[in-house]
Amino acid sequence: MHDLTDLYQTVILDHNRRPRNYRVLPTANRVGSGNNPLCGDEVTIYVELDGDRIKDVTFQGSGCAISQASASLMTLNLKGRTIPEAEAIAGDVLKLITSGDVKDDEFSDLSALAGVHQFPARIKCATLSWHAALNAVHGEPAPATTEKTSD
Amino acid sequence: MNASWKNLRADFPILDQRINGQPLVYLDNAATTQKPRCVIDALVRYYERDNANVHRGIHTLSIRATAAYEAARERSAKFLNAGSPAEIVFTAGTTDSINLVAHAWGDENLKKGDVILLTEMEHHSNMVPWQLLARRTGAKLRYLPIVPGDTGLLDLDQLSSVLTPEVKIFAFTHVSNTLGVINPAADLCAAAKKVGALTVIDAAQSAGHLPLDTRAIGCDFLAVSGHKMCGPTGVGVLYGRAPLLDNMPPYRGGGSMISSVEYFESKWAPAPAKFEAGTPNIADVIGLATAMDYLDGLGREAIARHDEKLAAHAYARMATEVPGIRMLGPAQHRSGVISFALPGAHAHDVVTLADRDGIALRGGHHCNQPLMRKLGLPSTARASFYLYNTEAEIERLIASLQKIQKFFAE
Repeated sequence: MHDLTDLYQTVILDHNRRPRNYRVLPTANRVGSGNNPLCGDEVTIYVELDGDRIKDVTFQGSGCAISQASASLMTLNLKGRTIPEAEAIAGDVLKLITSGDVKDDEFSDLSALAGVHQFPARIKCATLSWHAALNAVHGEPAPATTEKTSD
Repeated sequence: MNASWKNLRADFPILDQRINGQPLVYLDNAATTQKPRCVIDALVRYYERDNANVHRGIHTLSIRATAAYEAARERSAKFLNAGSPAEIVFTAGTTDSINLVAHAWGDENLKKGDVILLTEMEHHSNMVPWQLLARRTGAKLRYLPIVPGDTGLLDLDQLSSVLTPEVKIFAFTHVSNTLGVINPAADLCAAAKKVGALTVIDAAQSAGHLPLDTRAIGCDFLAVSGHKMCGPTGVGVLYGRAPLLDNMPPYRGGGSMISSVEYFESKWAPAPAKFEAGTPNIADVIGLATAMDYLDGLGREAIARHDEKLAAHAYARMATEVPGIRMLGPAQHRSGVISFALPGAHAHDVVTLADRDGIALRGGHHCNQPLMRKLGLPSTARASFYLYNTEAEIERLIASLQKIQKFFAE
């Protein structure tokens, strides 16, 4: 049995209560969105790209503590990074969320997401904002979604 | 059938287990109910002794399977007080039943300018098939609203302004899967009849919970899911008044639904066979009939009283003992479905934490996204009770919710 505090670590609870960079970014030149149609989670990521660098990144949305905290942590960790750096971080974090393997202690606050992999029903809550952020950075107009849709 | 309220929980093998170290408290009955031993045994017995394809079979097993399958139709007619077994079509469930009506009746009878009336509390299964029908025919959708606030009751004062002669079909849920509201089905059907509109009732949340008399209600169609009333998944019933079913074209083509087939044309079998193309879900239909026996052994009046008593008790305690909780749906005269929101705690977090206490809840939009938007909530947590739930389990629920509330408030 996994302890609940594996999932709801202090860092997660703190970021859920006081999400960082939770606002529309008026200077954004890239916007990415994501949704989970199964649970109704929605997130919009605002990115101000200055050449190759993420000058600023913010988010808004609704969802569970895991999704809100993950999005909040994402903004802190991607701000100031170049696109290749952001891609590398996002790649590591997505691996961390799904496997629980902490690569090193470079992302000390992000390791709070390592417990999520023990709760398979909640993995998509944590990954959504990272996919949406990559979409924003890549100028991908279609929303990131945890499920495939067709019309 | 020797169903009895005494030792009733022992009839449900699944309840006897621990989840995360705690005895299971199953409160997700609006999603699906658990199955009594007699239903599980009926499925096993059928596959072990009687399994064969139905209709047209000449050998003994086929005769047995056919007899059991058709006996289940008679059982279902009795369960819903239909006029005859010919008014009972076996389907895959409520969704399938509603899609059948939307296609077979709707495609034939609706045209541009006609109106399909729904209510704002409909499950996606009683909304999307009508949206698709509207797209196919050019008919328009219209909604009977719920009153402002959190009781979720239909705004019946607006009924006459939305139920106008352009309304050709009025589809509504008997019991809301999100709000626990029990709608006045007979009154709504009577009002629809006055303007010449047909009625379709989504009875997914009421069939195993309340006495259900299609003729007393006066509906034209009624849709039921087996798995929400102690029966197997993947089986359900569409009740349709005989003259309507007789005049509807088939929904799907295949074996069993024809009277004669030529290379370029076929003639249909009469209803209900016309709507049951292909080998039906024989075992689960038989399991469903067993579930009906089980429920009637307990008495649906008694089940309804049990549900309502538990729900009223839970609602009152949750509202007063869990700080900050927002309760949805009416406080009384309701079904055993209770949706709620805790401040600062998303429904999925509530469900994950309750699961650690061995309690199965549901969290999300409950296939009711437009209603959630109207209530201004992204999602709710939901506890739904059934005949095997107890006051002691509500005690566990309250204690868990208090813990969760504190966890997110700190």
